[in-house]
Amino acid sequence: MTDQPTFTLDGEEIPFAEGQTVLQAALTADVYIPHLCYHPEFKPHGSCKVCTIRADGRNAAACTLPARAGMAVESASDALNGLRKVLVQMLFAEGNHFCPACEASGDCQLQALGYDLQVTTAGFRHFYPVRPVDASHPELWLDFNRCILCELCVRASNEVDGKSVFGLSGRGAGKHLIVNALSGRLADTDIAVTDKAVEVCPVGVILKKRDGFAVPIGQRRFDRSPISAQAARDAPRAARGSKEDA
Amino acid sequence: MTGKTKFKVATTSLAGCFGCHMSFLDIDERLFELLEHIEFDRSPFTDIKTVGPCDFGIIEGGVCNAENVHVLREFRRRCKTLVAIGACAITGGLPAQRNHLDLADCLREVYQTEPGTEGGRIPDDPELPLPLDKVHPIHEVVRVDYFIPGCPPSADTIWKFFNDLLAGRTPTYPHGLIRYD
Repeated sequence: MTDQPTFTLDGEEIPFAEGQTVLQAALTADVYIPHLCYHPEFKPHGSCKVCTIRADGRNAAACTLPARAGMAVESASDALNGLRKVLVQMLFAEGNHFCPACEASGDCQLQALGYDLQVTTAGFRHFYPVRPVDASHPELWLDFNRCILCELCVRASNEVDGKSVFGLSGRGAGKHLIVNALSGRLADTDIAVTDKAVEVCPVGVILKKRDGFAVPIGQRRFDRSPISAQAARDAPRAARGSKEDA
Repeated sequence: MTGKTKFKVATTSLAGCFGCHMSFLDIDERLFELLEHIEFDRSPFTDIKTVGPCDFGIIEGGVCNAENVHVLREFRRRCKTLVAIGACAITGGLPAQRNHLDLADCLREVYQTEPGTEGGRIPDDPELPLPLDKVHPIHEVVRVDYFIPGCPPSADTIWKFFNDLLAGRTPTYPHGLIRYD
């Protein structure tokens, strides 16, 4: 313990292992930094910027910034939480996030992050983009309206499933999730209901058919406790040791 | 809360289902306590048709037609503090799910192509408010001071909101009280 390097996070000493990012080290130490596109089983991506922290006076994404001994990191300030709040608000405004009609409500990380950050309105003009759903597959359906472009399904399908079912296309406000088939339809891919890509979606884009309300609203994951209180459960597996990996 | 003057509160439902008003009533016996501090002006609870000078205006529902715009602007003019309550007022909600459809197609579908309405006319009485091309959350039309999310927000959420507001605190919602559903 004495040999382990540390950095400070909001004044608290955080030990880290070689190769860990600031976010991984913080989560391993049970300290929550709000994040969205980061998933402990995938290489950090740094696309959503919700985990932005101030390290030695400079803003950086905690999920991609390597931890360094002696670094002074600031995360829980009003300024940074205000920035995170605006990012979440923009994600709500850019898609069609109609939570009351979403099967993922209560299990949705975007929604839960909103709860935690006291996001009560998108604030901006809603884009109301036109994004038709894909219900072609017999067991799964895609509601593109809720996509936040985290690319977790893209990464999972490539790296774990070895199928390359999903991809992103377009630029800027026109960037969108696509299905890698000539027809563009999910039914014409080899995706399976058991694929990792189906499991990792943090919002309600990839949903199983005939599986609605298996857990009633009010008893779902983030109904039980806030996302910030559950961070340790998702902490980097390797760094947490064999206790939870077993 | 001090002093004897009660806060004046107006409420209205634009493109909403009155679920938020029902949830307001769901605070049950606590309404009596609340009524020691507030009195209602225009509201479905009072059936008063115009809004007078008020401390708080509470708006349920999104903005889907010309009359909604008129009422909303009147509330903004007459109320010191404007509150959006529920998913429809905050995001457009269920009515906004027509936003990706062509409005003329919607009207034709409802009035001319459904069984039994073939050959019917799309209503065009001048008394009917003109529908807007899109349904908007109210903050896209007027400045809004506070938001109470939920579809509808629970009675406890509304109760917490009023308690904070009447005590002069910025309303906050601990875990479990803020919901987007």
